[in-house]
Amino acid sequence: MTGLADPASAAPAILPLGLEGLVFAAGGKTLIKGITATLSAGSRSIVLGPNGAGKTLLLRLCHGLIQPTGGRIVWKGAAGIDPALRQAMVFQRPVMLRRSVAANVDYALRLRDLARADRQQRIEDVLTATGLRRFATQPARLLSVGEQQKLALARAWALRPDVLFLDEPTASLDPAATRAVEEIILRIDAAGTKIIMSTHDLAQARRLANEVLFLHRGRLCEQTPAPVFFTAPRTAEAGYFLEGKLFPQLRRVNP
Amino acid sequence: MSDLADAFAAAAMLIWSLDQDLVGIVLLSLRVTLTAMAIAAVIGLPLGGALAVFRFPGRSAILITINALMGLPPVVVGLIVYLMLSRAGPLGALGLLFTPAAMILAQAVLITPIIAALSCQTISGLWEEYREQLQSFAARRGDALATLLWEGRIALLTALLAGFGRASAEVGAVMIVGGNIDHVTRVMTTTIALETSKGNLSLALGLGIILISLAMGVAGGTYALKLAAERQRSA
Amino acid sequence: MMRWKLGEQAARVAATLALAIGMLWILVGTSPAWAEERFITVASTTSTQNSGLFDKILPAFTAASGIEVRVVAVGTGQAIRLAERGDADVLLVHHKPSEEKFVADGFGVRRFDVMYNDFVIVGPAADPAGIRGLNDAPAALARIAAAGQPFASRADDSGTHKLELELWKKAGVDVKAASGTWYRETGSGMGATLNTASGLDAYAITDRGTWLSFNNKGTLAIMVEGDKALFNQYGVILVNPARHQHVKAKDGQAFVEWLISAPGQAAINAYTINGEQLFFANAGKLGS
Repeated sequence: MTGLADPASAAPAILPLGLEGLVFAAGGKTLIKGITATLSAGSRSIVLGPNGAGKTLLLRLCHGLIQPTGGRIVWKGAAGIDPALRQAMVFQRPVMLRRSVAANVDYALRLRDLARADRQQRIEDVLTATGLRRFATQPARLLSVGEQQKLALARAWALRPDVLFLDEPTASLDPAATRAVEEIILRIDAAGTKIIMSTHDLAQARRLANEVLFLHRGRLCEQTPAPVFFTAPRTAEAGYFLEGKLFPQLRRVNP
Repeated sequence: MSDLADAFAAAAMLIWSLDQDLVGIVLLSLRVTLTAMAIAAVIGLPLGGALAVFRFPGRSAILITINALMGLPPVVVGLIVYLMLSRAGPLGALGLLFTPAAMILAQAVLITPIIAALSCQTISGLWEEYREQLQSFAARRGDALATLLWEGRIALLTALLAGFGRASAEVGAVMIVGGNIDHVTRVMTTTIALETSKGNLSLALGLGIILISLAMGVAGGTYALKLAAERQRSA
Repeated sequence: MMRWKLGEQAARVAATLALAIGMLWILVGTSPAWAEERFITVASTTSTQNSGLFDKILPAFTAASGIEVRVVAVGTGQAIRLAERGDADVLLVHHKPSEEKFVADGFGVRRFDVMYNDFVIVGPAADPAGIRGLNDAPAALARIAAAGQPFASRADDSGTHKLELELWKKAGVDVKAASGTWYRETGSGMGATLNTASGLDAYAITDRGTWLSFNNKGTLAIMVEGDKALFNQYGVILVNPARHQHVKAKDGQAFVEWLISAPGQAAINAYTINGEQLFFANAGKLGS
């Protein structure tokens, strides 16, 4: 799959990603309360936390879908490149265009002004890599949710992004589809794309994480290498979460 | 209800004999309304889509105006277009008055708001669905708009049909700007008005039946198109 | 490399567009109305149009001159307005005072008498106002008012309407005061007003031409005819090219001259409905 490796072959990576005092408020409430962190290439970062912690918001802020109300997002490696063109995102529910599987991938590639021959080669490669080649001419909307999510991944992968954001990509999938998706994520990571993914599924986090960013109520509690996090987290909240005892609505913790 | 029976008989007789005048009138009606619909589509579909996707000062005012204009009385539109195209008016030198071109223009003005409003509604719904994904692809708003117009093509077809219906049913605008000139600007609705004014009620009603049948044909054809599109997707 | 027909969608779009443009082209391009033709626009009235006169005499003119005549038939007031704005080349209506003012104001070149037809008073067969057979139109109207019988008026500022109002004046009846009671102002053309009269079993004044070809008479029949006051004079005027440069003066003048000379006058007299002559050519007889 040489065509899919080395996303930065043409240009240097836009990483590392620096979050400096990131704040986001809406509807009178502060939902992201000052997050500072650096995400570097070469490790799969999992954003972990209970529901309502702000994981989805954080990913959208990093990807540029919404603007922070305070603080900055800095792509430290992006000298003169538009960072938006070197990222991709997969959402919890796949958004499919009303056209064929192959055409969906082609759509994303055409936005990057690639030549037809290049596009066709990449489409062939990603569809084969994700096991969707046999569906290439079928309407994308007729695929199962699992296959659509695989297509969303293929589509993002074809763009050869430096960074791939994933917002709870398997939350709507059954275990088999979840496994298939995780496999693809690992392959994308192996090909050189930085993975930044949110999940509330502990088992999934254990399987995929190289480092964990633990969020709770809009704050970054800790950013820890995975082996350390899952055995001896530094913060109390993380500990409670791992034990299944963290209830975000309550200030107290139930024993 | 002998009038109704006479009307059906009159309609049947006209169709059976393939009355030359009738054929000419029907073709002209279709030409005027279809052309007006095409023009209104070219303007209204992107306009409605742009209103759905872009944000700019005055957007709400434009939206409200377009929705209000959907209720424009055809005769008022005809009057305004007449005053524009009249020799004594600003566009008089074009010499368009009392020609099919004037009728096309008037009907296009009449139905563009409908198509724009329905397009805006359709595209708004699609934008909500696709917005984040398209933003993720770093698609420019203009590209996104074009994409949504294509994605929503089935629903937008219904908008076009609504416009076609309104145009083919109106008589006020085409009467004033066309002049109902025999063999030149006489269409189905103005013929019905004329025959009614002569007291030829059965004939007028018969023509009405033909007009409704034409409209049903168009609606049926559109429905078949949609079905074919659906079937193609699930093939 | 496999063929997944990505281009198929684009090809379909292109084909549809081509089809649409092609259809439009054909529809728009092959219509005779867009071809270069020699024609004049005549502003006239709906009653003249509905009488069928134009369908009979205009082909004769076109055959002789090669000029097509396009008639825009509206109410007298609207016809005059059209001509004032230069949207017609010739004006042919039937209200002499308005026509003379049209010329006096510089909108028209010169007014010529063309023909006259007459009006009749129609009413329900039962004739509750008792006017059948009267020779005196104002007197008949006075009887209708006295009896409070429904009367349908065009009330649209047309030549017919203006004549009707003059008759009411002669009869000494104030119809404005009675509007909405027995006097019904429809604000419509002749045919629509007759439809209303037929539906209401009301009296009405109509030109004979419209009456003869009207197909919804119901119980209505002619009650009063022949009074000179019911005679209706038509005038033809060429729209002043000095006022509107684009007016087709030469062709328009050809039409005017044809109408008031032997061939046009003969054609007018030759037009009958059920053997009855409707219009009586009288160009040059009264002089103008």
